Amino acid sequence: MAQSFPEDVLEHVFSFLNYDKDRNAVSLVCKSWYEIERLCRRRIFIGNCYAVSPEIVIRRFPDVRAVELKGKPHFADFNLVPEGWGGYVYPWIVSLARAYPWLEEIKLKRMVVTDESLELISKSFKNFKVLVLLSCEGFTTDGLASIAANCRNLRELDLGESEVEDLSGHWLSHFPDNCTSLVSLNISCLGSEVSFCALERLVARCPNLKTLRLNRAVPLEKLPNLLCRAPQLVELGTGAYSAEIQSDIFSNLAEAFLGCKQLKGLSGFWDVVPAYLPAMYSVCSRITSLNLSYATAQNPELVHFVSQCSNLQRLWVLDYIEDAGLEALAASCKDLHELRVFPSDPFDAEANVSLTEQGLVAVSEGCPKLQSVLYFCRQMSNAALVAIARSRPNMIRFRLCIIEPRAPDYLTLEPLDTGFGAIVENCKELRRLSMSGLLTDRVFEYIGTHAKKLEMLSIAFAGDSDLGLHHVLSGCESLRKLEIRDCPFGDKALLANATKLETMRSLWMSSCSVSFGACKLLGQKMPRLNVEVINERGPPDSGPESCPVEKLYVYRTIAGPRVDMPGFVWTMDEQVSSSLSRVTERRGD
Amino acid sequence: MEGYSRKDEGCPQLLDLIPKEKEWLTKSAEEKQTRNGSSEEKQLELRLGPPNGDWTIKNKNISREKDHESLLPFGYFSPWSSSSGYQVKSQKQTTPFLQAHGQLKESSQPNPAKTAVPNSSSSSSAQKRTAPTPVVGWPPIRSFRKNLANGSSSKPVSESQNAVGSKISSEKPIENSPKNLLVKINMDGVPIGRKVDLKEHDSYEKLSFAVDELFRGLLAAQSNFSAGGIKNDEDGGKAITGLLDGSGEYTLVYEDNEGDRLLIGDVPWHMFVSSVKRLRVLKSSELPTLCRGRKHGKRSLDTSPK
Repeated sequence: MAQSFPEDVLEHVFSFLNYDKDRNAVSLVCKSWYEIERLCRRRIFIGNCYAVSPEIVIRRFPDVRAVELKGKPHFADFNLVPEGWGGYVYPWIVSLARAYPWLEEIKLKRMVVTDESLELISKSFKNFKVLVLLSCEGFTTDGLASIAANCRNLRELDLGESEVEDLSGHWLSHFPDNCTSLVSLNISCLGSEVSFCALERLVARCPNLKTLRLNRAVPLEKLPNLLCRAPQLVELGTGAYSAEIQSDIFSNLAEAFLGCKQLKGLSGFWDVVPAYLPAMYSVCSRITSLNLSYATAQNPELVHFVSQCSNLQRLWVLDYIEDAGLEALAASCKDLHELRVFPSDPFDAEANVSLTEQGLVAVSEGCPKLQSVLYFCRQMSNAALVAIARSRPNMIRFRLCIIEPRAPDYLTLEPLDTGFGAIVENCKELRRLSMSGLLTDRVFEYIGTHAKKLEMLSIAFAGDSDLGLHHVLSGCESLRKLEIRDCPFGDKALLANATKLETMRSLWMSSCSVSFGACKLLGQKMPRLNVEVINERGPPDSGPESCPVEKLYVYRTIAGPRVDMPGFVWTMDEQVSSSLSRVTERRGD
Repeated sequence: MEGYSRKDEGCPQLLDLIPKEKEWLTKSAEEKQTRNGSSEEKQLELRLGPPNGDWTIKNKNISREKDHESLLPFGYFSPWSSSSGYQVKSQKQTTPFLQAHGQLKESSQPNPAKTAVPNSSSSSSAQKRTAPTPVVGWPPIRSFRKNLANGSSSKPVSESQNAVGSKISSEKPIENSPKNLLVKINMDGVPIGRKVDLKEHDSYEKLSFAVDELFRGLLAAQSNFSAGGIKNDEDGGKAITGLLDGSGEYTLVYEDNEGDRLLIGDVPWHMFVSSVKRLRVLKSSELPTLCRGRKHGKRSLDTSPK
């Protein structure tokens, strides 16, 4: 069979396969297909940088043009992963530089990127085009200057929500005058002011620029200068959206927006002065993506602006929108796919806005295409969740955060098991779920029974016993990522479902009841898992084996235990006792 | 919710929660009646199996003596802590997360009456009515999304933050370095707060001195009020000392950009300046016992002692 098609025919056929899943499936058909496929795979996605080593990747795929890597676990976003945990990209860059001189794209998420890495990238890949750094850290604007200066064909520079040490805004001036290739530039996370002249000239000479996300320091009065030079923009992130109320500023702004006929996405809006929102009315009807999650505007100006965007598909907004605003949204934006409502004052126990479960119910009932939700609120009821589940069986991502941990159904004071149960039972395509509120083991039974397509589950302050965790691990067939904090889950469920963990990308458990002994056992018995204990208060063996570990991160890997762990991370493997004594010696100084 | 974790009713309810379609291997009825710990363990061992539903009877290989070598990937591993019975274990399991939430400041042995139903609304609602203690990483929002309601002007930004790693500070979007850095400061017993400009000081000692200057007079006026007008001999009142080391009547604390309350002095000055949101001067006697942990440089006033 394998001889029936010449290799280049197969290669041509494979070139139409873009999804890793398809390419992986094709590789398993037979040895010759595996060989052909690996020689022509150009894009690599590595969901956990420690699951594989650069050498293994390079050995299998010799001619790669795009690499995507993810580092720290998701809970690092909420400061649950201590500083220095890992996720260093430099060793990867060194290997990639040697193996793939024609590499064009590097996308990193939650990784530690140093200026050294950036400089190495800028000098190693002659045809480098795309650099995306999402939620990364460890680099300064000096590293960005290297990228700007040396990447002659740079198309995309996206700094995502990274933490950049801002030494100066001068780095932008390092783009050479003959750089005209930029298509996408996102510097929204940067603090200091970039030279506006340099920015203006850069924008003017890049005719293909489609995405421009400015940082807060770019003043509103200067925005028209940029818009006039880039009327072809599809996505715009403003800087601070505030200025003194002056009619000429307004009219300049309105005129500039009028010229942007292709604009589909808006973001930015720090420090928003509502009086300037109407300057964008001319583009509203074309807007499909709107990120107002930094905009502290309130109703009625806020909802009035949002309601103008009748073709809206994605809305990120603060809870200033309130229930009334969401009801208006439900009436005017029938194309809405995704809604994220962030809390304006997350640490206040009392609600500062009138946003309740009603807003979410209204949007769920009114927007037939709603499939992705992230919602922060202060009260929830089973009835509301059931209503949402019944209205939206097409829900794919449902993340609900009730701000007070373990808050019950505010109407009945019961747990929210039934409500979330309805979600997983009705929403058969659900891929991602984050839960909150008062939840018992029962909700996990529902999840294990119904959530067969669930890939990622986030649990906090929930459950009663190991049975809860067992339901999830034994029932959720598609589970890839499980992250748990502050739940009474311990050894039993974990050890009984040890083999399940090899079918998943990773498991995170912090402030649970997993004992050190169980971690050791898991590590010893499952050589293809890295079982990492994070204990900042001291070595886990300083107490009895039954003592719970602070944090546990388990992930499958073919690279063996990692070698870059800081002092507060211990890996549990066959040599665990000897490695611990080495570590305690090291830390004893 | 049902008293699932109560000792007497635990066993039958455990069976009830097991889905019928899985081949749970249950022991005969008479074993259910015996209330000793080992029979409970035996029943528990039979409950759990491998993820693909391939239930196997491997329990005969699992000794009661918590033999580690008896772990078989497709079998159930008996609990090895010497505690007998499932219920005690589950109570112990409630301890870490309740402690982490900061609601129970008791000893590590939780009162069974209180925690037997740890998630019941009645017990937790009583605790909830008190002011919520800030929990690390909760609510789950990225650092740069916090404190938007307070408006941009009060965000602490300093040039020193830019000069050093800004890993502690997280208010990335803002960063027009203002000329001053005014933060609110309140003192226990003084209803009127003040504002202090952190840019005018470059060390904790200088800050402590400034606090003394700000509040000395106010405090004296306050005590004059309450003491019925007995005038204090010193000019403007008694010096406020020992703010930094706990030796004085008052101690200086601050709230950072994550909403945590922390003692002054743990991190270098520039890091402090980049993360501080407001200051408080608390009576030293009212401070909870501090846990001297290694939580990367922060001593939080909210972690209960181990």
